[in-house]
Amino acid sequence: MNIYMQTLKRDLRIAIRNPSSVLNPLLFFVISVSLFPLAISPESSTLSQIAAGIIWVASMLSVLLSLNALFHNDFENGVLEQMVISHHSLPLLILSKIISHWILTGIPIILLSPLLGLFLFLDSNGISVLMITLLLATPSLSLIGAIGASLIVGIKNSGMLLSLLILPLYIPILIFASSAVSQAQFGLEITGQLYFLGAILVVSLMAAPFVSALALKISLE
Amino acid sequence: MLKITELSCQRGYNQLFSGLSFNVNAGDILRITGTNGSGKTSLLKILAGLNTQEQGSISLNKNKVKSEQYQEEVFYLGHLSALSSELSSIENLKFLTSLSKTINSQTLSQALNDVGLKGYEDEYCAKLSAGQKRRVILAGLFVSDAKLWLLDEPFTALDPKGVEIVEQRIKKHSEQGGICIFTTHQDSVLENQRVLAL
Repeated sequence: MNIYMQTLKRDLRIAIRNPSSVLNPLLFFVISVSLFPLAISPESSTLSQIAAGIIWVASMLSVLLSLNALFHNDFENGVLEQMVISHHSLPLLILSKIISHWILTGIPIILLSPLLGLFLFLDSNGISVLMITLLLATPSLSLIGAIGASLIVGIKNSGMLLSLLILPLYIPILIFASSAVSQAQFGLEITGQLYFLGAILVVSLMAAPFVSALALKISLE
Repeated sequence: MLKITELSCQRGYNQLFSGLSFNVNAGDILRITGTNGSGKTSLLKILAGLNTQEQGSISLNKNKVKSEQYQEEVFYLGHLSALSSELSSIENLKFLTSLSKTINSQTLSQALNDVGLKGYEDEYCAKLSAGQKRRVILAGLFVSDAKLWLLDEPFTALDPKGVEIVEQRIKKHSEQGGICIFTTHQDSVLENQRVLAL
């Protein structure tokens, strides 16, 4: 098994042995979505209109909540130092960590979204498109988030700083993803939005591991 | 041969060292001494390719620092344990060593045995003492093929037996043509060590 697969497996193993780090953002996701009907209205017509926006905002915030842990522990215990001095490609090692982050946060969000969609009276077409947008865009959330997480890794109590850095970069994803679901509910064309989400994914996949590697090297100086 | 030419390092407004030039030949043991804050750790980090030097050049057998060929030959032991609390000794060791080369579990178990951690293979590192954690990473050092060992306070948290094991290994590494550069505030009984005062 190569070092990149080993890094992925290692991160998954650590997460399984420390489940609170994975479960807390997911619980936040479910709880925050379930509070909206209580605060706004239990009416199906009202909820189905805003369901996509609610689920998308909650998923972004839960991903943001989990990002702090992406590099923090490895920075504190010195594993990042060893990764940086290794002769292996640092961007690829970081990409392995980002993939494990997506498996632990993105995939559970995608799997939970149909249930939460039903809870908010989203129709079957809306649920399908919601899942497609999450599948296309949650990897981008992890990739873009990794850049922010690597920039703030050496700074204490940096949660607010991470939100300020990352949330503006998430806004295009939020706009295209929620508009795709809303338009699908009215039977309108959504190909354009999906293309944009795909393009954001490709650009983040190409750039984020390299930018993140550079930021980590600066943080470790 | 490790060749360091006109090396300078500045941290903030503080010039730690400048114009530092020296060569370390195969088989040499170099001890870096100096007061706290004199730049010993910064020098080792620069040699490991972790920090960027302000000026100067570093090469090992003509391979420049941070090149793939240079980094393949480096083992850096820093102040941090480089161990994850949620993983066992053997799992941590397997991952750390795989950053340089793949080593089978049997060899790693033997390495843990050699540093006095027999029976601790499956113990989570969260449950190990500071000295035992240090021994885990030293086990990684002992199975490494790296020619250049950069050891920052390698004797910290070790008992006299542990210190003796490390000193023997450094001596063996030197006899096999390897280079060892280390810092310590403790008395070292290593013979033929050169000293560089910062």
